[in-house]
Amino acid sequence: MEAVAVAAEARELLRASFASGRTRPAAWRAAQLRGLLRMAAEMEAEICAALRADLAKPHTESYVHEISLVTSSCKFALKNLKKWMQPKKVPAGVLTFPSTARVTPEPLGIVLVVSAWNYPFLLAVDPVIGAIAAGNAVVLKPSEIAPATSSLLADLLPRYVDSSCIKVVEGGIAETTALLEQKWDKIFYTGNSKVGRIVMSFAAKHLTPVVLELGGKCPVVVDSNVDLHVAAKRIAAGKWGCNSGQACISPDYVITTKSFAPKLLDSLKKVLDEFYGKDPLRSEDLSRIVNSNHFNRLKALMDEEMVSDKIVFGGQSDEQQLKIAPTLFLDAPLDSAIMKEEIFGPLLPIITVDKIHESFALINSMTKPLAAYLFSKDSKLKRQFERNVSAGGVIFNDTGIHLTNQNLPFGGVGESGMGAYHGTFSFDAFTHRKAVLDRSFLGEAKARYPPYTRGKLKILKGVLKGNPLAMVQAALGCTGWA
Amino acid sequence: MSTGAMAGAGAEAGGELGETVRELREAYGGGRTRSLAWRQAQLRGLLRLLKEKEAEAFQALHKDLGKHHAEAYRDEVGVLIKSANGALQQLGKWMAPDRVWVPLIAWPATAQVVPEPVGVVLIFSCWNFPLGLSLEPLIGAIAAGNAVALKPSELSPCTARFLADNIGNYMDASAVKVVNGGPEVGEQLMEHRWDKVLFTGSPRIARSVMAAAARHLTPVALELGGKCPCIFDAAAASARDLQVSANRIIAGKWSPCAGQACIAIDYVLVEERFAPVLIKVLKSTLKRFFQDADHMARIVNQRHFERLSSLLKDRAVAPSILHGGSMDAKNLYIEPTILLNPPLDSAIMTEEIFGPLLPIITVKKIEDSIAFVKAMPKPLAIYAFTRDAALRRRVVEETSSGSVTFNDAVVQYAIDGLPFGGVGQSGFGQYHGRHSFEMFSHKKAVMKRGYLLELTLRYPPWDESKVTLMRYLYRFNYFAFVLAFLGLRR
Repeated sequence: MEAVAVAAEARELLRASFASGRTRPAAWRAAQLRGLLRMAAEMEAEICAALRADLAKPHTESYVHEISLVTSSCKFALKNLKKWMQPKKVPAGVLTFPSTARVTPEPLGIVLVVSAWNYPFLLAVDPVIGAIAAGNAVVLKPSEIAPATSSLLADLLPRYVDSSCIKVVEGGIAETTALLEQKWDKIFYTGNSKVGRIVMSFAAKHLTPVVLELGGKCPVVVDSNVDLHVAAKRIAAGKWGCNSGQACISPDYVITTKSFAPKLLDSLKKVLDEFYGKDPLRSEDLSRIVNSNHFNRLKALMDEEMVSDKIVFGGQSDEQQLKIAPTLFLDAPLDSAIMKEEIFGPLLPIITVDKIHESFALINSMTKPLAAYLFSKDSKLKRQFERNVSAGGVIFNDTGIHLTNQNLPFGGVGESGMGAYHGTFSFDAFTHRKAVLDRSFLGEAKARYPPYTRGKLKILKGVLKGNPLAMVQAALGCTGWA
Repeated sequence: MSTGAMAGAGAEAGGELGETVRELREAYGGGRTRSLAWRQAQLRGLLRLLKEKEAEAFQALHKDLGKHHAEAYRDEVGVLIKSANGALQQLGKWMAPDRVWVPLIAWPATAQVVPEPVGVVLIFSCWNFPLGLSLEPLIGAIAAGNAVALKPSELSPCTARFLADNIGNYMDASAVKVVNGGPEVGEQLMEHRWDKVLFTGSPRIARSVMAAAARHLTPVALELGGKCPCIFDAAAASARDLQVSANRIIAGKWSPCAGQACIAIDYVLVEERFAPVLIKVLKSTLKRFFQDADHMARIVNQRHFERLSSLLKDRAVAPSILHGGSMDAKNLYIEPTILLNPPLDSAIMTEEIFGPLLPIITVKKIEDSIAFVKAMPKPLAIYAFTRDAALRRRVVEETSSGSVTFNDAVVQYAIDGLPFGGVGQSGFGQYHGRHSFEMFSHKKAVMKRGYLLELTLRYPPWDESKVTLMRYLYRFNYFAFVLAFLGLRR
């Protein structure tokens, strides 16, 4: 009941703040964004410490993948805010001549952001940036599975932003459920598809629109026509260099040809050695698994009978430290758990096919992922991949970097989610585009009104078809012949 | 719940439905709906259908709703022809990828947003504009390259039949299908996974559609309704303004399907002192416009007729009837009716009317309308007749609705450039024109990188110097980056 009271109170506070109009002026929005910028700059050490506590995240990853992305997101929003807030004129066309038409953006009102544990700082603050830029009041529910970051956010946000309009509510399932039961103007959820379904069902009760940033098995297809060493580095960077594979856009599995697989494997092994040394479990540059639940889940994937003998590299783990070494599998069976579920960890299956084109059918037999990657210099192959593979985003010859481009929408499709954000798309995600039509009292088209006559109908037909004579007649108030 | 006989039919429908969905998936999977040529062919087919079968369409609409064919053309057929032509003209542009800027640190790289169809979509239509609300979304879904299942409302059965009989003959029958039936068919359809569902109708059913969609993570768009207010500011209105306003208020209330429209004016707000003059001109204009009962649609069915008549028979409401009020149960016809200040807690003022009854609510000052409107759930449209720019600004900035139209009503529906859709209780998702195309598209981010220029500082093992370099890069401080890179700066 405590959780319900907290949720109701938070919502009521925000509703009153939003109703007062506080969040609407550009000055308020800009002030909050600058507050978040200062927070990211002044509290860098504390944020990194929290991320290290939650995930053993290396300092570099914390800076590059979380803090700097929040910073650039704030800056992009600050730079574009006035432009985004401007109404856009649209052609009104001749049907309602004379008139002017525009689309004017307005905030949705009070929104709920539910964040995830793997990039607990970024995935909490980035959506909040969008919500604020769009002029909403926000409740942020950070993930309890990253408790240090959650409590840091609860502590920091009130110090840097307007706490009457931006609130942090911490907690687990009970607190999240209590929040979901309230009525919001939008819900933004980042996490897995099982909970995504639950969020959407709660939203359905209040007819609340949602953005769901989910996951999936992001495939990497590696063609033989590549710069292999660079490709291997980029795959490794996207996999183990991103929170030890615990990222929604991490390469989940690789597909390559039987003939190329040995070369690819060799290259990956060399790169892994370069990155993490001979004893990866001791490398400071490798994140740990977030908790023992996930550690055991990953161990079970590795230990499954038909899979454990497919390990060709790595396989070591340390339960105390909750670390698993980068592990490569060759041709794990497609019906094994590791090939059916999203891995979200440092295990990389490599599936071989006879011809590289067969990879498309394999990818399309699974649900649509958040990202799909192809390493190849072959333009025809790239064109076919882009056309035939549906995913939130597609990258050629790299992994993960599309999320740093503020001009690209970041979001899923099908099982990997609905809606998108980043840059302008963040602003749009939390905005209602209101259509405004301004008509003059002139231009009375009597042809629209009953009593209906053949003459009037003739004029109407002409107008709707764009016939200039009919439009003149309509504008002059003619009624044609009866 | 179905009886035994119905359950049998339901089970058959279940099997048939599964087959329908499978066929649509196969048609989409085969790839032909993606080509520009296919999309154009469907749109042209639709245009031919509307031209060749116009008389049948008018007949169906007349049977279902008593719609005069002029109204049917003005509100449905004509608008569809305009939309289909617009889509044909713009399709190439809509389908083209959008190039976006890439920061220097990613060089060499290109980035684009590429629209692709979502796949197989389901459109639930509504009974009041049974042709328009089926085919306008269909135009968008097809323009976007999807395979489509269309579920017309069973409450407008002749139009539903018309669509089932004709769509397959003018369009690709295995990629565009009409599925007819009652609510149980709607439920069964929602048991399947779709790539998008558009639902037009009431909030109650919308909730169950969205809940069913949640099970498959199917994205939805909901076009609902609400009480669309009309703020009438008579100050500074000339006699001509008054007449034009009355024409347009009537055009926004009784002319579209006898007020059974999601964007019809639901009620009017006017200053006390101007109520008499407004009512006078409305009455006289109504007499002129609707000399013949034939020129206004009828109520769709018995259930809605009874609903509307009970709104009027409410003892607290009946005394406020100023004009009209007569009802013909046999022909399902209700006269255009005007009420003055029915109690604000009566059903006619708390529920969406969706019929030919117009409450006029008086306020002391016209500015008070804004607070009145704000206190209600967000409607699909807000209308205001006023020459006062300050009032117009306040309406736009202080209220929230799907759309706002000044000095007219309902016409915003026909403007392709304006997104059409609700907010809050009136729904979410927008369509019309290009927005229809986008409603049924997935905007795929595509980034292409080359192998030139490897920034090794991306990779572990990490050390502070790499972080420093990245700080410069991420601030696009290329000069400092180059210096640091060359070791000329710490």
